[in-house]
Amino acid sequence: MDYMTLIQLLDSTVRLATPLLLACLAGLFSERAGIFDIGLEGKMLAAAFFSAAVASLSGSVWIGLAAGIGASMALSIVHGVASITFRGNQLISGVAINFLAAGITVLIAQSWFRQGGRTPSLMGGGRFEAITLPGAEAIADVPIIGPLYSELISGHSILVYMAFAAVPLTWWLLYRTRFGLRLRAVGENPAAVDTAGVSVVGLRYAAVAICGVLCGIAGAYLSTALQAGFVKDMSAGRGFIALAALIFAKWRPWYALYSTLLFGLFGALETRPDVIESLIGIKMQGQLLGALPYIMTVIILAGFGGKAIPPRAGGEPYVKER
Amino acid sequence: MDVMPKWAEVILVPLISLLLAAILSALVILGIGEDPVAAVKLMVTGALGSTYGWGYTLYYATNFIFTGLAVSIAFHARLFNIGGEGQAMLGGLGVAIACLYIPWPHWSMALVGAAVMAGLFGAVWAAIPAWLQAKRGSHIVITTIMFNFIAAALLNYVLVNLMRPKGSMDPATARFPEAVNLPTLHDILAPFGIAFSKSAPANVSFLVAIAACFVLWVLIWRTRLGYEIRAYGHSESAAKYAGISPFKIIMITMIISGALAGMMAINNVMGEAERLVLNSTEGAGFIGIAVALMGRSHPLGVFISAILFGFLYQGGAELALWTTIPRELIVVIQALVILFTGALDNMVRMPLERIFLALRKRNAKAAEGSK
Repeated sequence: MDYMTLIQLLDSTVRLATPLLLACLAGLFSERAGIFDIGLEGKMLAAAFFSAAVASLSGSVWIGLAAGIGASMALSIVHGVASITFRGNQLISGVAINFLAAGITVLIAQSWFRQGGRTPSLMGGGRFEAITLPGAEAIADVPIIGPLYSELISGHSILVYMAFAAVPLTWWLLYRTRFGLRLRAVGENPAAVDTAGVSVVGLRYAAVAICGVLCGIAGAYLSTALQAGFVKDMSAGRGFIALAALIFAKWRPWYALYSTLLFGLFGALETRPDVIESLIGIKMQGQLLGALPYIMTVIILAGFGGKAIPPRAGGEPYVKER
Repeated sequence: MDVMPKWAEVILVPLISLLLAAILSALVILGIGEDPVAAVKLMVTGALGSTYGWGYTLYYATNFIFTGLAVSIAFHARLFNIGGEGQAMLGGLGVAIACLYIPWPHWSMALVGAAVMAGLFGAVWAAIPAWLQAKRGSHIVITTIMFNFIAAALLNYVLVNLMRPKGSMDPATARFPEAVNLPTLHDILAPFGIAFSKSAPANVSFLVAIAACFVLWVLIWRTRLGYEIRAYGHSESAAKYAGISPFKIIMITMIISGALAGMMAINNVMGEAERLVLNSTEGAGFIGIAVALMGRSHPLGVFISAILFGFLYQGGAELALWTTIPRELIVVIQALVILFTGALDNMVRMPLERIFLALRKRNAKAAEGSK
C-alpha cells in the first residue's frame, strides 16, 4: 500500500467517523445523565430528512441544518417526556422513536417530493461544501506533509471540524464545569443531586436536549455533506454503531473519538477490499468487517479486555418520594 | 390494594393507549393530504373483505404471534429481548438446512423437524446474550441489538458464499423440495367444504402458532417454572431468597424466547417463500415488541394484537397499492402503539388512577351518609 492510498483511506475514515462521533457524543451526554438512548438512530434519520428537505426547499443549507436539529430535538422531547416526566421505560421509548423516524421520514418525503421516499439532489448552497484550509494548495506538493495537510486535514465540510471540536468541548463541559459535575452526578446518584437542591428533572432534560442537538448535526451531515440528499433509511444502523462506540469508549469523550475513528476505519476498509488483501495477505469478507463493530462491542460489554461500567443510575427513572 | 379494578387495568388502559395511537395516526394521514376514513375503509376491505385478504392477514399474524410470544415471555422475567429479528433470521437458516439437506417423506414430519431446527437455531442465538447477561453482566438489550446486526451479516455471508445454488446471482437458497411444502389454509379448509383463497399464503403454521399460545399460557401460569419466571420478574432479590437461581431463569427464559422467535421461520420461510432469502423476516421481530406490549404479555392478548397487526400489515399493503400512501404508514402506527402502550403507559394510567380514586372516595362518603 502506498502513501497516497493510506491518505485516501484515512480521509474516508474521517468522513465516515464524523456522524458516528457526533451521535456518540450525543449518547454520551444523555447516558451520563442516566437516560439510556437507543433512539440515536431515529433522531439522526429524522434530522437527515428534515435538513435535506428544508435545504432543498429553501436553498440554504444552514436553514436545513436548523430544521434538522429541530426535528431531532422534537424526538428528544418525546423521549424526555416519556422517560423523565412519565418515568416510562427508556428502552421502549427509544425503540418507538426509531420506528417513528423510519416511517414518518418516508411518509413526508413521499407527500412533499413524490420521488419514492427521497428528496431531490441538493446542489450549490443546499449542501455543505468542502473547505480548503489556508495554505493547503501551496504546500500540496511538499512530500509527506503536503498530501497529509491538503488531502487529509483540509478539504472537509465545516461539520467535520465542528465534530472534532466537540470532543474537547464535551470534555471541558463534563469535567471542568459545575454543570458537567452535576450532570455526571445525576447519572450516578440522582438522590444526592436532589438533596443538594438541584433539579434532577431539569438536568436530565438539559442532557436530552444536548443529545438532540448533536444528533441533529449528525443527521444533517449525512444528507447535506456526506451525500447530496436524503434517501430512505440512510442512517443505516449508524446510530447503533455510535451506541457501540459509546460503550467501547466507556462513556468518556476522548475515548469516544478513538472508538468512532476505529469504527470509521472499518467502514472505510469495507469499501476497499483490495487494501485489506494487500495488508494482511488474505481475502477478508466484507460482511465480517461490517459486523466487526458489533462483535467488538459484545466482547467489550462482556468484560473481556477492560470492563465497561455504565453510569450507575442509567435507565432508572428517578422517583422523588412516594 | 390496587387503585384500579382489574378490568380497567387489563382492558381500559390498553384501549385508551390504542385510541391515542389511532388518533395520532389519523392526524398523520390528514397531514400528508389523504382522507383517514377512506384509508380505513380501504384497509378493512383489503385485509378482511375477502378470504384472500384474510389469508394474508392471518399469514402476517402468524409471524407476529411467534415474535410477540417471544418478547412476552422475556418480559415476564423482566428481560427485554430486542433480538427477535436476529433470532428469527437464524431460525430461517435452521429451516433451510432442515428442508434442503434432509429428504423428508411427508410435510408433517418435515414441519416437526424444521420447527425443531428453527427453534434450536433461534434458541442458540438468544442463549449467548442470555449467558453474557447472567454471567458477565452485559446489558441484554445492547447485546441482543448487536446480535441482530451480527445475524444479518452472518446470513448475508451464508447465503452469498455457502448456500447459493451455482450459477444463481440471487443471494438466496435453492427452492425447497415439493415434499416439504406446507398445506395452506385453502388445502386445510377444502375438505370441510369451505372455499378459501388458493393464492393466500396463510398455512398450517397458523395452527402451530395458536398451539404455541396455549402452551405458553400453561407454562407461565400453570407450572412451577412459569411461577419462578414471574417471581424473578417481580423481584430478583425475593426470587433469590426463595431459592430461585437467576442464572437458570435468565437462561431458560431467553432460550424459550429465542426458540419462539426462531420458530416464526416455519411460517415465512417454509410456508410462504419456500426458500431462504435475505431479509425474509421483514421486521417481524420488531413488531413482536409492539404486539407484546399491546397484549400485556398475555398469550391471549398477544394473539389478539397479532391479528390486529396482521390486519394493519395487509391493509397497509393494500393502501400502498391503491393510494399514494406508502407502506411506511404501518411503521408509524407501530411506533405510536409502542410509544403509547409501552413508554407513555403512565401518561394514560396516572389520570385514570386519579379518577378511580376519586370515585371510590365518593362512594365511601355516600355509603357513610346513608347510614
